[in-house]
Parts: sequence; C-alpha cells; structure tokens
Amino acid sequence: MAGRPLSPHLQIWKWGPHMLTSILHRVSGDGLALVGLPVLLWWLGALASGPEAYETFALAASSPIGYIVLIGLTWAFFNHLASGLRHFVLDIGAGYELDTNKTWAIGTTVIGVVLTIGFWLVVLAKQGVL
Amino acid sequence: MAHETPIGRARGLGSAHHGTHHWLLQRFTAIGNLVAVLFLVISFLLLDDYGYAGFAKWVASPLPALALSLLVISVFWHARLGLQVLVEDYVNTAGNRFALNALLNIAAFAGAGFALISIARIVFAGAA
Repeated sequence: MAGRPLSPHLQIWKWGPHMLTSILHRVSGDGLALVGLPVLLWWLGALASGPEAYETFALAASSPIGYIVLIGLTWAFFNHLASGLRHFVLDIGAGYELDTNKTWAIGTTVIGVVLTIGFWLVVLAKQGVL
Repeated sequence: MAHETPIGRARGLGSAHHGTHHWLLQRFTAIGNLVAVLFLVISFLLLDDYGYAGFAKWVASPLPALALSLLVISVFWHARLGLQVLVEDYVNTAGNRFALNALLNIAAFAGAGFALISIARIVFAGAA
C-alpha cells in the first residue's frame, strides 16, 4: 500500500459536523414528509369534518405522544429550513472554506433547535401552560 | 451504434442534463415551502384560539385559504421529490424502485387532493 491517502472511504473519513448536518437534513425532511404530511391531512380533514372530528384530533394532539410528535415535527421543520438555506448558499458555490463550512454546519443545527424552543415557549405561554 | 449520434447515446444515462430538472424543481418548491410554511408557523404564533371555531374561521378567510392551498401543492411536490431521492438511494432492486416511485406518485397526488378538498369544504362551510 502507498503511504499516502488513497481514495476516501466511509470508514476512513475524519468525522465532521457537516456529516451530522447532512444526515439531519435528510432525516428531518423525510420525517416531515412521512409524519408531518399525515398530521397536516388529519388536521385539515378534521377541520373539514366538523367540531366532533376536530375534538378527536385535538385530544390526540394534546396527549403526551401528541406533544412529542408535534414538537418533533416543529424541530424537523426548523432544522430542515436552516440546513436547507445552507444548501442554497452551497449551491451558489459559497461556504466551502473549511472554517466557514464547519461554522454553518454547527450553526444551522443550533438554529433549528433554538427556533423550536422559541416557537414552543410562545405557543405554551399563549395556551396558559407556562 | 452506427446510426446513433453521441448525444443520442448519452440521453437518459445521466450525462445529458436530465437530473437538472429534478434538482431545480426541488429548489423551486423549497422556496415555495419557505414562504408558505413560514406563513403557517407565524400564523400559529399570532392566533389565539387553537380550537375548532378559531381554526375553522381562520382557514375559511381568503388569504389563509389561498396560502394553505399553495402550501399543500408546494409541500407535497417537494416531499414527493425528496422521498424519490430516498427511494433511489436505499432501494437497490430496480423493480422495487419503480413500484415505490409509482406508489409515491399516487400518495402525493392523493394527499394533496384530500388536503385541497378539505380546505374547500372549510371555506364553503364558512360561507354558508
């Protein structure tokens, strides 16, 4: 074997935050598609069907599992939004310098979490829970 | 081979700019999602009544009804493109890939159709 780096392979990549951002972008996007869209359809369908159907939806949404799903979807949205905007920047050919790339890989992941917390603080305060 | 031009050979094999269409649509619908879903999220922050009456009245008003309808089209389109990439990346058998993408098309159109009909019902119930 040559004593220099050969073709990169999954097992010999040095770990970096951009990898986490990349897989979280896919996880949050596909999570929104596979879980978020059915919830959206349930919400709209219940609203269209009347107060009784909406009561069933509201009961499920305000159960502990309902909160976990809704908070998870909110995180998925804000995470996908932040890393998606990063994709737009990368698409125009900017942000590939190692430092910049690392900063925004971490930055978008943090922004997704911060916006999720901020959103729910406002919502829970409005509902009188906080 | 003798009767083929070089571009004829390349078409459909990935090097003749066929991928660009999917890539661009993913971006166009992403911009649509950015505007539409932010409208929904900010509306949730501004609305006070999370019950049936509050939401039904809100969805039935003209601007939210239009925004939600456009959101449905943009979001289901974007999700369909994104899930297609998931299928293409992780499903190795060509037949299964074809079947899943066919199913995906039906699910995306059915979901968007259901959502649009629901919005229409809420709007017309509000007008009655």
